[in-house]
Amino acid sequence: MAQDHSADAVAVAAAECQHLAATSPPTNPKTTWEGCSVLLDINDGDRLVFARLSPAATLKIGNKKCSLGPLLGCPFGSLFRVGNGPGEPCLSRCSHSTSGASDNALQAIEEESIAEDSRDNRLLIDNNTAQNLSSDDIDAMRRNGATGDEIVEALISNSATFKKKTVYSQEKYKRKKQKKYAPKVLLRKPSARSICETYFKKFPARIGFLRVDTLSLLLSMANVGVHSDVLVVDMIGGMVTGAVAERLGGTGYICSTYFGVTPYPSDIIRMFNFNSEVYSRIVHVPVSDLSKSLDDFVHSEISAKAPSMLPESAECRNSMDISEVPIQNFDLIKEKSLNNEQTSVMSDVGESQHVASILCPSGANDLELGHDTPITDKLVNKGRQAPLETMKQWKTNGFSGLIVAAPEAEVGTIVHKLLPLLAYSAPFAIYHQYLQPLAACMHNLQTSKLAISLQISEPWLREYQVLPSRTHPLMQMSSFGGYILSGIRIRNSVPSSI
Amino acid sequence: MLSLDPSKRNSLQRCICDGDLVIVYERHDRIKAVKVQKGLDFQNRFGVFKLSDWIGQPFGSKVLSNKGGFIYLLAPTPELWTLVLSHRTQILYLADISFVISYLEVVPGCLVLESGTGSGSLTTSLARAVAPSGHVYTFDFHAQRATLAREDFERNGLSSLVTVSVRDIQGEGFPEEFCGAADSVFLDLPQPWLALPSVRKMLKQDGVLCSFSPCIEQVQHSCEVLTSGFTDIRTFEVLLRTYEIREERMTTSEADHESPVGPMRKKRHCTPHDVDDSQGERTATTVTARPCQESRGHTGYLTFARLACS
Repeated sequence: MAQDHSADAVAVAAAECQHLAATSPPTNPKTTWEGCSVLLDINDGDRLVFARLSPAATLKIGNKKCSLGPLLGCPFGSLFRVGNGPGEPCLSRCSHSTSGASDNALQAIEEESIAEDSRDNRLLIDNNTAQNLSSDDIDAMRRNGATGDEIVEALISNSATFKKKTVYSQEKYKRKKQKKYAPKVLLRKPSARSICETYFKKFPARIGFLRVDTLSLLLSMANVGVHSDVLVVDMIGGMVTGAVAERLGGTGYICSTYFGVTPYPSDIIRMFNFNSEVYSRIVHVPVSDLSKSLDDFVHSEISAKAPSMLPESAECRNSMDISEVPIQNFDLIKEKSLNNEQTSVMSDVGESQHVASILCPSGANDLELGHDTPITDKLVNKGRQAPLETMKQWKTNGFSGLIVAAPEAEVGTIVHKLLPLLAYSAPFAIYHQYLQPLAACMHNLQTSKLAISLQISEPWLREYQVLPSRTHPLMQMSSFGGYILSGIRIRNSVPSSI
Repeated sequence: MLSLDPSKRNSLQRCICDGDLVIVYERHDRIKAVKVQKGLDFQNRFGVFKLSDWIGQPFGSKVLSNKGGFIYLLAPTPELWTLVLSHRTQILYLADISFVISYLEVVPGCLVLESGTGSGSLTTSLARAVAPSGHVYTFDFHAQRATLAREDFERNGLSSLVTVSVRDIQGEGFPEEFCGAADSVFLDLPQPWLALPSVRKMLKQDGVLCSFSPCIEQVQHSCEVLTSGFTDIRTFEVLLRTYEIREERMTTSEADHESPVGPMRKKRHCTPHDVDDSQGERTATTVTARPCQESRGHTGYLTFARLACS
């Protein structure tokens, strides 16, 4: 029985792979297509949602369930407005200029009156009596087919205090009403930057509090570029793996390595809309295989064929070399909570159930499983494995860089085991949530003389609001984006003398 | 510098050859670029190094001078190049460079326009990001600096990825041939708002612009002009705070127990291992970290914007 099941699974996986190859997007696509992953920005960053586009996909905005069909075939960066009328399509494309037209008109008045504006808020009393229109009135307007903008204008003219406000206050008031009654949806292309920013805003713990500037630093510090063979320990859902793959653009390799027998979950990779060429560069290899000597490879039983689907049986568990795993059971617990969160993020969007699980190493991403399935019964997908020839090459040449994003793991052991796999003069960047483990790790590297140019950095990022006479840093700021230990591996041997 | 030819990339197999560019690492704040040439020497405070001895060694090796001092020989990367290049202008550093490349969404195959070229610090990293199939067209209005930058790129093996031209972007805008062709544009100009109408024509739909300006007034002016034709306008500051690591010896001594003033003390732990030596002192070492006292306070503001879809 188990045999049949796995044979079916392989057949399904193969079919999915073929389908993906057939519909493989070009590098740097500019318009959406069916099945692509998009990032929807509602009301200028107030709400960010990942979605997979299909004619049947929907999204709830306010209390309206909108079809995402109109978004198919549109260029990334298109703006949509939510229609109010009962017969209207929910989302209709608009240009950026029409949505900002009323703002421009306001701006013209503003420039004239700025000089003589002596208004302030001394007479404004906050007692909820300023607005004449009731919510019933507004509903009636909606039923009669009033557009969002018309409702906003009505609210303004029915506000007793509007004229008493300063021009800036009026602008702020109008924008607030627009967000509620005339929401905008911006169709954005998922990229390392936008995916990281969205996760950092919504579910920062899932990417280990890795902020976008920290991620950028990791990529630069590890010299990720064309033809690089980058060794990666990614315990933050695939965020780093995806970002590295994006920079390699189908060349080199991302060897996503793991301690133990199960690759870490990497669902985030799916959001990048990678084509098959880029996907093929992402491979998953356990540390135990990487640490083998060159001779061992000749006699090894590593399968060079398509990924195998192994049931996670009791045998597998027992044979796991506990001493090799610096963080026991950590990944399994995280996997379960990831599964829960994943389902809740996607469920309100009606994501299509098509999941290319062959390309992701975790069985947890299959939405049909739901969060009731116990971990031990899930099929464990080992992910795409590296061909034997490639692994031999890595052994002879060494990796060109190392990135570790294991924010809650024991970082000293990881670095100690993986640094010898790098080429000499290869840079590395270790991301961690906590300073002390990195300090200890840096100290060890200094005393053992395995690396030079060691540095612990903490990135600092501050955003500004830039408006005429209203320029200042934003009121809210992220004060923490993690720490990075960077350095360069050197050849620790008897130095040559003259 | 970039492994455009996979067989030439730095690896355990690749050794330093005659003519290679090597980054000489003396200390974390003393790094130099040296071109290896048979028969020549390299001199520093540690003594004289014969360059011929470096040939045949792998990158990452430690070499000795005639006096027994040592240095490390590193393979060049865009990050190391930023630290060793000759400054003809103020340059961008790692924190700004890495953020710009991420935020501009530069990936292999992209076409990027840049002005001004300056000393080529950012340009080198842009080249890495667009390789192997993309291209960086960079413009500077200063003919001599453009020439020096072009020579640097050639020496570093980047000529197939970078084209340097002399042009006053503020006055003339970018060349017409790039209309609607640029994925990303980077501006480091004194009056970037003058170049914005041209940038609008150059960018592909949903393309990204970044303008780097040291002064807030420049940022304000640019943002006002950006409101027509651009969206998603955001301004940031990025900085790096570095930490220093020390192994501290924390002493507690019986004699000082009552004294409020004295060397820094750890919390007293009452464990059976508090064995005192003859002087009644117990020592332990801990690795401690604290921020470096001096750091860069400001480089410039980074303003990003996307070309609005019409």
